[in-house]
Amino acid sequence: MKFADLIEEVYNAVTVNKVRSGLTMLGIVIGIASVIAMVAIGQGTQATVQASIQSLGANLLMVTPLSQKAIGTTVSAGYGSAETLTPADATALSSLPGVAAVAQEISGRYQVVYKGSNTNTTVMGTVPAYLQVRNVQMDEGSFVTDSDVSSANRIAVIGPTVLQTLFAPSANASATDEMAIGQVIRIKGNDFTVVGVTLAKGGSGFASQDNYIYVPYTASQHYLLGNLTYLTEVDMEVQDQGSMTTVQQAATNLLLQDHNISNPADADFSILNQADVVSAVSATTGTFTTLLASIAAISLLVGGIGIMNMMLTTVTERTREIGLRKAIGAKERDITLQFLGESVTLTFSGGTLGILLGWGIAAGMSYFAKTATDVSLSSVILAFGVSALIGIAFGYYPARRAAKLNPIEALRYE
Amino acid sequence: MKKIIDCRNITKSYGHGDMETQVLKGITFSVDEGEFVAIMGPSGSGKSTLMHILGALDTPTGGDYFLDGKNVAKLSENELADIRMEKIGFVFQSFNLLPRTTVLRNVELPLIYAGVSKEMRTKTAEKALRDSAFPENAWLYHSNQISGGMMQRVAIARSLVNNPAMILADEPTGNLDSKTGEIVLHTFQSLNMEHGKTVVLITHEQYVAEHADRIIHILDGNILKDEKNHNKRIAGKEKEIKS
Repeated sequence: MKFADLIEEVYNAVTVNKVRSGLTMLGIVIGIASVIAMVAIGQGTQATVQASIQSLGANLLMVTPLSQKAIGTTVSAGYGSAETLTPADATALSSLPGVAAVAQEISGRYQVVYKGSNTNTTVMGTVPAYLQVRNVQMDEGSFVTDSDVSSANRIAVIGPTVLQTLFAPSANASATDEMAIGQVIRIKGNDFTVVGVTLAKGGSGFASQDNYIYVPYTASQHYLLGNLTYLTEVDMEVQDQGSMTTVQQAATNLLLQDHNISNPADADFSILNQADVVSAVSATTGTFTTLLASIAAISLLVGGIGIMNMMLTTVTERTREIGLRKAIGAKERDITLQFLGESVTLTFSGGTLGILLGWGIAAGMSYFAKTATDVSLSSVILAFGVSALIGIAFGYYPARRAAKLNPIEALRYE
Repeated sequence: MKKIIDCRNITKSYGHGDMETQVLKGITFSVDEGEFVAIMGPSGSGKSTLMHILGALDTPTGGDYFLDGKNVAKLSENELADIRMEKIGFVFQSFNLLPRTTVLRNVELPLIYAGVSKEMRTKTAEKALRDSAFPENAWLYHSNQISGGMMQRVAIARSLVNNPAMILADEPTGNLDSKTGEIVLHTFQSLNMEHGKTVVLITHEQYVAEHADRIIHILDGNILKDEKNHNKRIAGKEKEIKS
């Protein structure tokens, strides 16, 4: 039997009962489509989360004070409450080899007032290097300068969310940068002049940098905190990704030494490596993707069993036909190939439709639900492979059963 | 004259030991090329078993069976399939056509397994349909859209298409009324007389058997009588089919 004839026989057999073939294929279509869509959603989410972590700044090491413990007790105050991180620490850290920039930070939440509107937001006291370290860009005006820091000028740089809240409080109006620059806002009762607005970065929740007000850290110490000794965080940008761990270790040793702590377990600070955060989040979203894909894989398996069920029914139904084919000269191999061809055709066309449908679902999710999706080539190839494999795996048993039929009994079958 | 069928002391038994039943108890006969032979016997006589052996669907337990000069008694499953493809044209009681498939394609089917090219297949199938007097306007009808008599003629055309050494018909009129049965028998007779085809017809009806040149009577696994048919019936040609 020629290959082209085999294809024609298979095509005829599949199209003779279109409804049944279609319904059987539907199982595979749904299975493959859900695998494609689920993996796309998982991978899209992963990419989004990674990108938003990266947008906080590249090669970032974050030094924060640990909780304060009173001597002789085991009661801890809140995380970051220790007043152990000083401007001197920041200066020492900036001299470490491999460090590109260091930004001192003093953050706190205060009530901010402009004319009739007011808001409560994070006021970040910092230095010019913050722009570089935390990957912030200016939309208009200027950021905190070195001279602002040295003379503790009462200037403020506001994020776009703050701009909107303070300068255009009604919902349908929109504020422009020009409306804000040069105006005076009151932070915790002190006048600060707005000198710049940062570019929107996206992100949500109270950690969004769009909702920050930046002031010189010295001004923060003098007017807001009333304490000149400590910082709430020191951020370091490392020159290249490869030396993150080395720099982290060097910074730990330096601070342990400066703080006169001999046992690293007693450290009064912690250093968070951004790469660790990225990999931790990636691991989480990876698990999420695997979970979604396994649920989808179950429906694919059910689809495969559907194929096997239909093929077994077909073999029983076509017993006489198989008997006839064998009587007129079909060999076992011909029958096996024909039935295997039928199941592979069903799963393969089901797989193709499933990929298209899955792609459509992923695109729909991006468009309507604003969920990032990413249909990767590898998942498409995998889906193709899996659907063909299902056709072979679940079609083999029925095909062999058909091929092994005794022609005499098959012809007599009622 | 060339011998198409040469059976020598064929036996067939089923089961083992005490349960063994012997269905054929030593059958010896031969059929020459161009003969029209009817094998007749009541049900249970062993004629179906003999038909399976003659049709290379089964192998005998003992004895030798030469089909067109080749001993097929000890062949494997795949070799038997080749023999069936090359030497035998089957016509069954229940037609066994592929449903929802055109008449032409049904006739082409044996050639597909023989690996014949598409153009050649169509040409050969068309000739076989003409030889079995199948009306040309119904060639592209689906096999389930035509009457029983027409179906059997499709089956006859299918049996001719691979130019077999013999046509083996198993109760070909069993599912037909007497009128259409007559037409089918006429088709066999004209194939035999006009085209020189060897036809072996298996039946339990005396009337049907009387259309052959020679009748072999089988009873209880033995040949009871093997004689020339002196009052051969000629199936009426005037009763053309209205489909």
